Amino acid sequence: MADMNFNKEEQQYVKLPYFGIPKLLPYLRPLRGIIFGMIGLCLLAGIIDAITPQFQKYALNHFIGQGTLDTLVPFILIYLGILLLQTAGNLISAFYGGKIEMYVSRDMRRASFNHLQTLSFSYYNQNSVGYIHSRVMSDTGRIGGLVSWSLMDGVWNLTYMIGSIVAMFLMNWKLCLLVLVIVPLAALASTYFQRHLVRLNRRVREINSQITSGFNEGITGAKTTKTLVAEHRMEEDFNKTSREMTKTAVKTAHFRSMFVSTISFASYIALALVLWRGGHITVQGLLELGTLAAFTSYAMNLMEPIQWIVRALSDLVTVQVNIERFTRLMETESDVADSPEVIEKYGDAFHPKKENWEPLHGDVEFEDVSFMYPDGDEYVLEHFNLKVPQGTNVAIVGETGAGKSTLVNLVCRFFEPTMGRILIDGRDARERSQLWLHSNIGYVLQTPHLFSGTVKENLLYGKPDATMEEIEAAVKAVSAEGVIARMDKGYDSDVGEGGDLLSTGEKQLLSFARAILSNPRIFVLDEATSSIDTVTEKLIQDAIEHLMKGRTSFVIAHRLSTIRQADVILVVRDGKIIEQGRHKELMRMRGYYYNLYTRQFTEELMNSGTL
Amino acid sequence: MKTQQKNFTKVSMLGHFLKGCTRFFVFTIICSFLVTVFEMLIPQVIRQTVDAVIGEGEMNAPGFITRWFVSKGGAAYFRENLWMISLIVMGMALILAAVIYLRGLTASVSAEKLQQNIREDLFSHIEKLPFSWHQENKTGDIIQRCTSDAERVRTFVSEQMISILRIVIMVAMSLAFMMSMNVKLTLIAMIAVPIVVVYSMVFHGRISSGFEKCDENEGILSTIAQENLTGVRVVRAFGREEFERERFEKQNVFYTGLWVHLMRLMAWFWSVSDLIGGLQILLMLVLGSVFCVRGQLTAGEFIAFLSYNGMLIWPVRQLGRVISEMSKAGVSIDRIRYIMNSPVEQDKADAVSTETANEAMHGDIVFDHVSFGYEKDQEILKDISVTIRTGRTLGILGSTGSGKSTLMLLLNRLYDIPEGQGRITIGGVDIADMKAADLRNNIGMVLQEPFLFSRTVGENIGIRDREMPLDEIRKAAKIACVDETITDFKKGYDTIVGERGVTLSGGQKQRTAIARMLTQKAPIMIFDDSLSAVDAETDAKIRRQLSESLGQSTVILISHRVTTLMQADKVIVMDKGRIVEEGTPEELQTAGGLYQKIYDIQLSFSEEEAE
Repeated sequence: MADMNFNKEEQQYVKLPYFGIPKLLPYLRPLRGIIFGMIGLCLLAGIIDAITPQFQKYALNHFIGQGTLDTLVPFILIYLGILLLQTAGNLISAFYGGKIEMYVSRDMRRASFNHLQTLSFSYYNQNSVGYIHSRVMSDTGRIGGLVSWSLMDGVWNLTYMIGSIVAMFLMNWKLCLLVLVIVPLAALASTYFQRHLVRLNRRVREINSQITSGFNEGITGAKTTKTLVAEHRMEEDFNKTSREMTKTAVKTAHFRSMFVSTISFASYIALALVLWRGGHITVQGLLELGTLAAFTSYAMNLMEPIQWIVRALSDLVTVQVNIERFTRLMETESDVADSPEVIEKYGDAFHPKKENWEPLHGDVEFEDVSFMYPDGDEYVLEHFNLKVPQGTNVAIVGETGAGKSTLVNLVCRFFEPTMGRILIDGRDARERSQLWLHSNIGYVLQTPHLFSGTVKENLLYGKPDATMEEIEAAVKAVSAEGVIARMDKGYDSDVGEGGDLLSTGEKQLLSFARAILSNPRIFVLDEATSSIDTVTEKLIQDAIEHLMKGRTSFVIAHRLSTIRQADVILVVRDGKIIEQGRHKELMRMRGYYYNLYTRQFTEELMNSGTL
Repeated sequence: MKTQQKNFTKVSMLGHFLKGCTRFFVFTIICSFLVTVFEMLIPQVIRQTVDAVIGEGEMNAPGFITRWFVSKGGAAYFRENLWMISLIVMGMALILAAVIYLRGLTASVSAEKLQQNIREDLFSHIEKLPFSWHQENKTGDIIQRCTSDAERVRTFVSEQMISILRIVIMVAMSLAFMMSMNVKLTLIAMIAVPIVVVYSMVFHGRISSGFEKCDENEGILSTIAQENLTGVRVVRAFGREEFERERFEKQNVFYTGLWVHLMRLMAWFWSVSDLIGGLQILLMLVLGSVFCVRGQLTAGEFIAFLSYNGMLIWPVRQLGRVISEMSKAGVSIDRIRYIMNSPVEQDKADAVSTETANEAMHGDIVFDHVSFGYEKDQEILKDISVTIRTGRTLGILGSTGSGKSTLMLLLNRLYDIPEGQGRITIGGVDIADMKAADLRNNIGMVLQEPFLFSRTVGENIGIRDREMPLDEIRKAAKIACVDETITDFKKGYDTIVGERGVTLSGGQKQRTAIARMLTQKAPIMIFDDSLSAVDAETDAKIRRQLSESLGQSTVILISHRVTTLMQADKVIVMDKGRIVEEGTPEELQTAGGLYQKIYDIQLSFSEEEAE
């Protein structure tokens, strides 16, 4: 699914030096103990693997060749010893491998998650949640897996290969050189096939995500498909992708099977060579029978490590994309950041120095503010001036997508003015930390966002150390007692993922309570458009009034009837403020606001149920 | 195309999916068999060479080979011409490589064909399922069934069943060859088989709950990240970065710990089963040597015996894992069966012919005492009776939840009216007696929140007919006032819309959907509040152009705008599932009801606008 999330970043792909490994060093360094431990154990395992055929050789040459069992007991003991050593080595190195994989991905997940907490909204606006999410969850996992297992396979098999070659060389160097002829051949074939396989596998994944989105469309678009009687067309199109998938997958299998059979053939060539030349010198009495047998088994088994090494290398190439994406996330800098002096005094997002925080009074002033979104090419605010004294109620109206959030984004310092300043209590907002400002803002979203967990946990989001009395008071203030009383476990009821177990109205009330609990000085409200039943609506209306009393507030209003009392109404169209004033003044202007207002009034009248 | 409703059992469903790929499976099994045969034969050649050519032993092979061997000049000849044996090995290896390749390819063809059948059957079935089914089932869950579960079924048939077969063949043949050389030694070698199988089964059976727990906790971690990213505004506005960091950290560490624990168990499993295998090899080495020394086994046999023994123990270890994983497939098969066994939309057996239906479409539409509820004891519509004369326009005004959209879903048969709750006739024919496709082909419907498919704008408008010429598409787009917007896009009609491409505004979507509906050239058209996101000016323009091109069509307009409704020949006002006002727009203007109220407000609004 991640492939479906297009984004700004994806277009530019920069190749990192040294396979991007230097970028991973910060995550590898703390694990250097077990990493070197694992490498050591893999060396040992490779050597043991290379030695094992020697036992067979000894058995054949000594026991069978000479017909004596005199050394059988030490033979068994040594073999057992090596077997136990091997088992212990494998056990520990597999365990280390698992640890490295898991710890590297854990640390990378942590680092990326924490970094995301400090990134500004321009990053979130330019990259979809799905895209960012797979950076944190899947790239890190893949990198961890690669680092650990490729390293293990690489070291192990390289040692095994070298060990085997050395063993063969010591037994008979001429025969050894003959066998080595096939090594470059096998390596070349492996490289060739791996390259195709990597390419085809990527294609398979692409088509796979198309198939998933095909299902998604077939299901979510069912109503439309049926009304248009387009079932047949949809089916045909889906089958086209489906056939493409089969074709590509079979093609992948073609290369994979070619690979496997080539390697198998190469092993037998090695075997045939040994049998021919080795058999020849054995007949001449220059080689013992057991040595010949050991040779055949070395030659046959030489292919396996080559395959593994090639696979480890190609994995390293494949995972490049993941390392590259991850690195870019980590190297993205926030364009809203506190200066070192501010952090020095007020602390950062994770370590606030609350003792130095001044209380916030609630005066907000836009001073000659011009603003352009980082990814935009046009100013949406130009030389905008507005004084909002403490306690003022500012309403922002306009159609969906007109850009009503801009002012709120600036007040909350989710974005900073391109030019000009925003003053909070007379001082530039940038002189204090983001956390200080945010701790004093109460924010209620149009689509209320709750987190998985209990009702209480969600309310405490507004004030972690609130007492039960405070919570109850906040709930009462927004008349949400009924909502909580209706739930099985009261405050301990689960709200589901994203609050899914509650209705929109209920979520809204809880998010109001959450905001009120934090006792903010500045209150920001993105009003709901969704139709909720009239009883709840009345409750919410009362809650809002209660909330705004005595506080500076910014309300993004969708229902115009609720803002007649606002001190200032800002009317936004196509991203710009086109009218400004109190309700009556704006009505008198008979302008855009007037149009909006009358249109909505009728719709509300119809939905009010006053028939 | 008619599909007979089937009631699949687990087995019959698998049989259904396997249609057309059985022969590939048979071929795969034959190839597997041949691969095993050749893998077994080559060690025999080596054994004979070591024993009878290089060593001093007797030839111990089927008669014709021995005869050939002797006729060529026996051991003495071959000692001088070892290359011939090498050539034989290479020849066999070549055949082996060929069957390995064929096995891989046919295995893939059969597996992919199977999966293609599964996904295409599923998609086709889902397309045919009634709309109510789509409403009742969660999209995510269905997609999961169509992708992950389908994948698991494929793995079950094409990997697990095949590999069990393969392992059984391999083990049986290894044992047979070993038996032919030495029965006693073989019996001892077999001791390890049940131990490894049982150990592996028990281990994998027990560890599967560990995997489930990991999956579950990965889900929780993933949700935390997801909620943090979607709720980034809430997090920042409440200044809860530190809290989020801790929450993620806690789960991150917990989840990692689970995996590390699991890895530790896996490491134990692999090393212990390695150890069992190693011990068994040691046993064979020692006993083999003893047998050789006593003269019960030749050196060549000993070498061959060891290589067969190697083929015995590793596949056996796989067997345990496969068997324990197979049990999961049953659940997946049932999850797919749920979809395949859901009854599809079906027309009556004695449905009227397409010609009769098409003709009837030019008649009056009559709602005759229609009552309806989505669930039992719920009445969305109560005894609705209304007649729409052919070629006339009916306007519907009503609040959200008044049942007006439901009425349209019934007309389009996206829901069926239950027996005895009234009926809808068009041109005197009950719509329940028509084929659903005939009905829907003749009713053009534009939904309030239209769904566009993620393909080009041109394809979206011409979705009903792949061959539709661009002229026709543009003609429809011009009437819907969207042609200009589209040609303004960089790629014009080839612009891809939706997730992968350009995001259209609500109004643009609505207009595109109207254009799409217009290509249907249906005698009945429904506009379900389908211009709500279009500004008044464009709204008027579209309506003007529509009325010019509609001609003889019967039209149903659902709208909140009086100016829109004023064009209707008759207007009904709906509230809580009933018709509360009915008449011409002129009559209703003065009737003193809701219509008049809204008319008064909107009229003054319109006058202002005209100024």
